[in-house]
Amino acid sequence: MYFESLAAVWHMDGHGFYVWLAYTLTVLPLVIMVWLPLKRMRQHWRWLQAEQRRVAAGTETPAMGSDV
Amino acid sequence: MWTFIHKLGSPPWFFRFSGTLVRWLLPITVILLLVGSIWGLLVAPPDFRQGNSYRIIYIHVPAAVVALAGYYVMAFAGAVSLIWRIKMADVTMRAAAPVGAVLTAIALVTGAIWGKPTWGTWWVWDARITSMLILLFLYLGVVALFEAYENKTAAARACAVLSLVGMVNIPIIYKSVDWWYSLHQPASIKFTGESAIDSSMLYPLLLMIVAFYCLFVVTLLLNMRAELVWSYRESGWLRQLVGDS
Repeated sequence: MYFESLAAVWHMDGHGFYVWLAYTLTVLPLVIMVWLPLKRMRQHWRWLQAEQRRVAAGTETPAMGSDV
Repeated sequence: MWTFIHKLGSPPWFFRFSGTLVRWLLPITVILLLVGSIWGLLVAPPDFRQGNSYRIIYIHVPAAVVALAGYYVMAFAGAVSLIWRIKMADVTMRAAAPVGAVLTAIALVTGAIWGKPTWGTWWVWDARITSMLILLFLYLGVVALFEAYENKTAAARACAVLSLVGMVNIPIIYKSVDWWYSLHQPASIKFTGESAIDSSMLYPLLLMIVAFYCLFVVTLLLNMRAELVWSYRESGWLRQLVGDS
């Protein structure tokens, strides 16, 4: 470990603002970039499961987005 | 090898294969990113001239390197899609565009933040930075162009042409620091000969580059899988998978 204290890690000899800003603006988009397709896939998957259940139950298939 | 490439073109096979791959690669990527960041932020020594601001290198350079590599993936997939009309190539091309756009944007933003304490300015219109901005517009162009067409076959073809034409920009980005006078420094890491960077800083940087490559693959696969689930919702193999889950 190069730094002696947590405060030194935060301050980084005056460059803390730039370093931590850069890392924050990297982590946030990366997390969103991974999370979005996962969410989209899960939604589609659930919808398809529900559709199969409806078909199995013999009821009419409503269009996606309708609140039937 | 050829059988493997052939199988990649088959959506059901790809879907199962990518599912297993992502399950392993996603945790590995997170660990690599964490280790690399902690190493770069806390363990590596500061630069003797730039001080601690240089620690931005551990995200700036990997993001830029992979943003460029991602363009090859997109343009190659575009070429395959144009020539052989393979649907999976088309899906690959479109899945690569948003990932490349995010990585290019990260490279530009972290570069600007690094530029302020180092060069005294957030932004200069120099060759490297401007050509990276063009790369961002090319990625965003592919995303927007696809959405602009009602006919998705025509949309994919237009995107493939745009990504191939945009290849012109890639050597310009690489060579920009040598061709024009620039504030941006030339490459410090060389595959042949001595790198101009000490190993205590080089190893975490290489680790972060590997981590960003893994992240690119993971996100590309996740985008492709989300796309496949929807476009093959009527197919027997997908219904089977959904029914079994």
